[in-house]
Amino acid sequence: MNSALLRELVPAVIGVLGRRGADFASAEDAVQEALIKALETWPDDPPHDPKGWLVAVAWRKFLDATRAEASRRGREVAVDAEPPAEPGAAADDTLRLYFLCAHPDLAPASAVALTLRAVGGLTTRQIAEAYLVPEATMAQRISRAKRRIAGRPLDRPGDLATVLRVLYLVFNEGYGGDSPDHTDLAAEAIRLTRQLAALTDEPEVAGLLALMLLHHARRVSRTGPGGRLVPLAEQDRSRWDTGLIAEGVAILQAALARDRLGDYQAQAAIAALHADAPSAAETDWVQIVEWYDELLRLTESPVVRLNRAVAVGEADGAHAGLAALAEVDPGVPRHAAASAYLHERAGDLERAADLYAEASRAATSVPERDHLTREAARVRQRTGR
Amino acid sequence: MKYLILKHYRGGPAPAVDWAPMDEWTPEEVDAHMQYMSDFAQRLVETGEFVDSQALAAEGAFVRFDGEGRPPVTDGPFAETKDLIAGWMIVDVESWDRAVELAGELSAAPGAGGEPIHEWLEVRPFLTGVPGSPE
Repeated sequence: MNSALLRELVPAVIGVLGRRGADFASAEDAVQEALIKALETWPDDPPHDPKGWLVAVAWRKFLDATRAEASRRGREVAVDAEPPAEPGAAADDTLRLYFLCAHPDLAPASAVALTLRAVGGLTTRQIAEAYLVPEATMAQRISRAKRRIAGRPLDRPGDLATVLRVLYLVFNEGYGGDSPDHTDLAAEAIRLTRQLAALTDEPEVAGLLALMLLHHARRVSRTGPGGRLVPLAEQDRSRWDTGLIAEGVAILQAALARDRLGDYQAQAAIAALHADAPSAAETDWVQIVEWYDELLRLTESPVVRLNRAVAVGEADGAHAGLAALAEVDPGVPRHAAASAYLHERAGDLERAADLYAEASRAATSVPERDHLTREAARVRQRTGR
Repeated sequence: MKYLILKHYRGGPAPAVDWAPMDEWTPEEVDAHMQYMSDFAQRLVETGEFVDSQALAAEGAFVRFDGEGRPPVTDGPFAETKDLIAGWMIVDVESWDRAVELAGELSAAPGAGGEPIHEWLEVRPFLTGVPGSPE
C-alpha cells in the first residue's frame, strides 16, 4: 500500500463525515485516528476498498468519541444518516478544506500544520518531525487552530491568497532541508498545489505550481559537499531536472495566456528565464528586469526591489545596480549581501569584503552564514591583503 | 549521559591562540573548517552519540520582568563585555571523559594556515539522572 494514495483519500473522508453531520474538528480527529490505524494494519492486511475502510473506521471513531462526550454530559446522541453524495462532492469537499485550513484568522504556522494534516493526510508525528517540535506541541497547535475556526461555515469560498501563501510556506520549509529521514515538505507542497490546480481555474494557482516546479528542478545542484550552499551562477546546470523545467514552463505559459497576471506567475517567469539559460552568462537579464518591474507594479515589496537591483546590476552594469540599490530600504533582509555582490562587481573589493562579513553576521541560516563568510574570505583574498 | 558542548562568540578563559576573524582566512581555510565541523557531527551520528546541534545569531538581548502592568525590561544588544553564546552541540555519551575527549576534538578544528584554533568550549552535564537512583 502506497502511503501517498492513502494520504490522498484523507480530505474526501473528512468530507464524508462532514456530510454525515460531524463537525470539522471531530471529523478531522476521527480521520487522523483512522489514518494511524491504516498505517499500522494495511501493510499486512490491505483492504479491498481503501476509502470505504477509512470511512467506516473513522465513522466508528467519531461515534465512540461523540458517545463518550455525550455520556459525560448525560445527553443522547443524534446523528443524521448520510445524505446521498452529489456528483463532484469529494472534489468540492477537498477544495473547501484548503480554504478552511488556511483560514485568514489562523496564524501561518497553525494554518500550515492544519493543512498538512487535514488536506495532506500527514500524521501529527510526521508534521512535528518535519518542523522539529515535540509531537505534543504540534498536536496542541492543531487543536487550538481547529478551535479557532470552529463554527466557520464550510460552504463559503475563502481567500485564495492565504491558501497559496500557506502552500508556499510549506514548500520553502522543505526547500532548504533534504533529509531523507523526514517528510519531504517541498514534494508535499507540490502535490497539494497540483491537486489544488486541478480543482480550481485560477492562473495564480498554476503560477505557484510552476514556480515550485522550476525551483524544485534545481534542487540537487543547490547544495555541495557538507551541505554547502551553491549559488545559482555556480550551479551545475547539467544536473537540473529538465522534465520538471519543461512541465513548469508549460504550466506557466498556459497561465500567462489567460492574461490575468499575478505575482506567482511573475516570479515563475523569472525562474523560467533562469532555467532557460544554458549558462549563467547567457541569462536574459534584460527580460528578468522587465519581469521585476511587472512584479513591482503588482506588489510594492522591498524584497522585490532588492532583487531587482541585483538584476539591474547584471543587465546594465554594477553601477546601475548600485544606483537601484540606493533606493531600497537598508533594513531589508539580505541588503548587505546584495550590496557586497554589486560592490565586488564594481571593483570596490575592500568595501565588498566588509559588506560580505557584515552580511554573514546578519544571516538567518547556517548554510547562508557559511556561504557569506566564504565569500568575505574570497573577496578579502582578492584585495591582496 | 547527555552533555552540552557550548561554543561562545566571546567570554570564557583568555584565548589560547589569537586567531584572525574568519573573513581574513583564505576561502579554502574557511571550507576546511566547515568541513571539519560537519564531518565531526556526521561521525557522532554514526557512533550513535549525536543528539542535536544549533547555532545562534549574535543579536539578542537580556530580558526580565519589571512588575505587573509594565513591559519587560530589556538589556541589549549584548555589550562587548558580555559572554555571548554562538551555539551548541548536545552529545549522549558513556562518560564525562568521553565528552571532554569530543570537545577537545571539536576545538582542534583548523583555522588560518590549517592550524587548530584551540578554541575554548564549555562542557556541561545535563541533570538527567533518575531521581533517587543510587548512582
